[in-house]
Amino acid sequence: MSKQLLSGNEAIAQGAWEAGVAVGVAYPGTPSTETLENFVTKPDVYAEWAPNEKVALEVGLGAAMGGVRSLVTMKHVGVNVAADPFMSAANTGVNAGLVLLAADDPSCYSSQNEQDSRYYAAFGRIPCLDPSDSQEAYEMAQKAFDVSEQFDTLVMLHETMRIAHTKTLVNVVGSRTAVNPRDYESRPEKFVMMPANAVRRTLAANDREDELVAWAEETDLNRVEMRDTKVGIICAGALYVHVREAMPDASVFKLGVTWPLPPKKLAAFAACVDKLYVVEEATPYLEQRVRAMGIELAEFPGGRLPRSGEVTPAHIRASFGLSDPEHLPVVEGLPPRPPAFCAGCPHRLVYVELKRIKAIVTGDIGCYTLGAVAPFRSVDSVIDMGASLSMAHGMELAGTPERTGRPVVGVIGDSTFAHSGITSLLGTVYNGGKGTLCILDNRTTAMTGTQGNPVNGVTLPEQAARVNPLDVPAGKQLDLVKLCEAIGVDEVEVVDAQDMLAIRAALKGATSHTDKLSVIIFKAPCRLIDRSRKPMPTITDCRRCGRCIQIGCPALGRDETGHAVIDPNQCIGCGQCAQACPFGCISKEA
Amino acid sequence: MPHDTSTNYGVAEGGAKVTLDGTKTILLVGVGGQGTILAGQLLAMVAADAGLDVKVSEIHGMSQRGGSVSTIVRVGEKVESMICDPGCADIVVAFESIEALRAQQFVREGGALFVNDERITPVPVNIGLAQMPEGVDAKLEAIGARMIDAGGIAREVGSPRSANVVLVGALSTALPFTVEEWQDAIRRRVPPKTIDANLQAFARGREAAEA
Repeated sequence: MSKQLLSGNEAIAQGAWEAGVAVGVAYPGTPSTETLENFVTKPDVYAEWAPNEKVALEVGLGAAMGGVRSLVTMKHVGVNVAADPFMSAANTGVNAGLVLLAADDPSCYSSQNEQDSRYYAAFGRIPCLDPSDSQEAYEMAQKAFDVSEQFDTLVMLHETMRIAHTKTLVNVVGSRTAVNPRDYESRPEKFVMMPANAVRRTLAANDREDELVAWAEETDLNRVEMRDTKVGIICAGALYVHVREAMPDASVFKLGVTWPLPPKKLAAFAACVDKLYVVEEATPYLEQRVRAMGIELAEFPGGRLPRSGEVTPAHIRASFGLSDPEHLPVVEGLPPRPPAFCAGCPHRLVYVELKRIKAIVTGDIGCYTLGAVAPFRSVDSVIDMGASLSMAHGMELAGTPERTGRPVVGVIGDSTFAHSGITSLLGTVYNGGKGTLCILDNRTTAMTGTQGNPVNGVTLPEQAARVNPLDVPAGKQLDLVKLCEAIGVDEVEVVDAQDMLAIRAALKGATSHTDKLSVIIFKAPCRLIDRSRKPMPTITDCRRCGRCIQIGCPALGRDETGHAVIDPNQCIGCGQCAQACPFGCISKEA
Repeated sequence: MPHDTSTNYGVAEGGAKVTLDGTKTILLVGVGGQGTILAGQLLAMVAADAGLDVKVSEIHGMSQRGGSVSTIVRVGEKVESMICDPGCADIVVAFESIEALRAQQFVREGGALFVNDERITPVPVNIGLAQMPEGVDAKLEAIGARMIDAGGIAREVGSPRSANVVLVGALSTALPFTVEEWQDAIRRRVPPKTIDANLQAFARGREAAEA
């Protein structure tokens, strides 16, 4: 036993390892990513990145069906991608234990929405465990596998960003349960989801639901803490610790299992307190279920909690009519500091040129989403993984390029293309679609922290061994040119993403005709995997036109006279500014 | 790597060595890439080694790309929430002066504010869409900020990337842990080649805060 300071994700990796989990599968996504990155470093496990969450869950289900405990992790919106196997797996059940970690992101710190994954658990009628700190995450990661096998069901382990990315102390046992692979026998009536079997499995799920409700009434994962009986609060996850912070005297029903809820135990708690409240964030998931049980909830004396975004102890205090501590006012008028492309980022010049041709850009999910913000403001849509390519096709069908006189360009990253872009491209080619699609191939999954992917060929174990994508032999990497050609794209071109004039020429060529489908692969490594630095350029006779500044490099600014200046701490010598200067005042030579 | 993913540090055994009156909340704010996460982890290690409960809340993902970032560290006998609401930070350490102003509402009455005397111009200012505020130094002085030239000190000790550890040195003067405990955490946490430079950075940060 040792005491360790672990994030929720690290604690889940440790718990899963101790529970004898043999296989881990994931697609990276904030705030879930570090779980598998930690799990893969443990002895006697296998873990891999899947191209997307649907594949990840299917691999995990196969491994569990085949007889070993398996962990599948993803961010909340990844569960949408995995929803198809999810709903079937919810009916088939498992052989060895199978746990899906769904990591939600209330307040959208790094996501396109703040959906609550627990609705999926309720939808599939599978148990959902909800830890409030890393100790619980560690324990529940183990418990989840026992529950999975006891009730023959997929189990959701649910966390929010504050649990995933908060380090708290964990008493780590440190030894692994010896779990032998379960025998495999062919059970088509359980795993072949053709209609007759599916109907029977649904009936089995009905019975399982009853058993799970009975279990939820008894399990010590649901805990009643009686204090002052004037106020009773039902809560789960991070909200439990916020409630303890804000309302230390209140009685609390702490739900460790958020599907199914225990109706009798909740009713008994309701009967013990004068007024009962549900404290939760982002969605009314618990409130709706508690009300549906016929349990009466009180109105908050200080007004309802926020309907969206993270709920903090201050919100809870306010809803109970308690005042904030005195504090200085918020300073108004400060310049915003949104995220921006790094100095030397290979996405930058592509957006400089897309802006120049006033393209309508259907964008996608990744660092290159930042083309939507100033100074580029060149992205018209970002919806989900892969949507860039399919939506560009849809806009072409709508005749938008002709009616606006602007080219429509789909822009997608390499990992996102492997995730969901390939089928989009296939659909466009199959249906005779035309236009211009760009794959920004920076050789890594950058936004989530430079993970491996099929395009760069770095596997998760190799990533853990710190293999740089730039050192992977070409034969191990997905050949995007051959792939696009095989799909039947009319024109495929590879262009250096650090060469502004080449980018300009390629975009001009591809967007000037309407009878072909062109894919341009803009290729150059992300600065997070290529840390090489060249000498800083020098600026002489600056004309103060500001064109270099307008490429939005964080290393470029102006002095009091308007003269462009380079911050030596941030500059990596990429030379993008030198290419942007129309007067040749910025030399690439030191 | 933008965030370290292998950060399981064991906690030294030995029971409670330090007692705190209630929970202390330390808010570290800065710009993505400045090393707030490492600074927060050093503090957390020291507090945990001293037998205290600790929670460290970090922000990963999109905002790391040069955006405003924050790390919250809460330490005490029993820490509940990992969040710092306005008026709740006992200590704010700002790794950049504009970010210090952006976070001023978090400082509790009587709390401490350490500010790295450095200004990083946000991209919206560079491209002419926003202006730098005027009188930043005067505003910071008016709210009692302790200015630390962390960047300069880090360069002086030959390790420009150790400005975050200089600030940890400054922060250490406001907390009841011994210098040895901090040094021990630094030795365990930073890359082996940089230990000496970081220990120097820490010592100079302490001096600067006590000056």
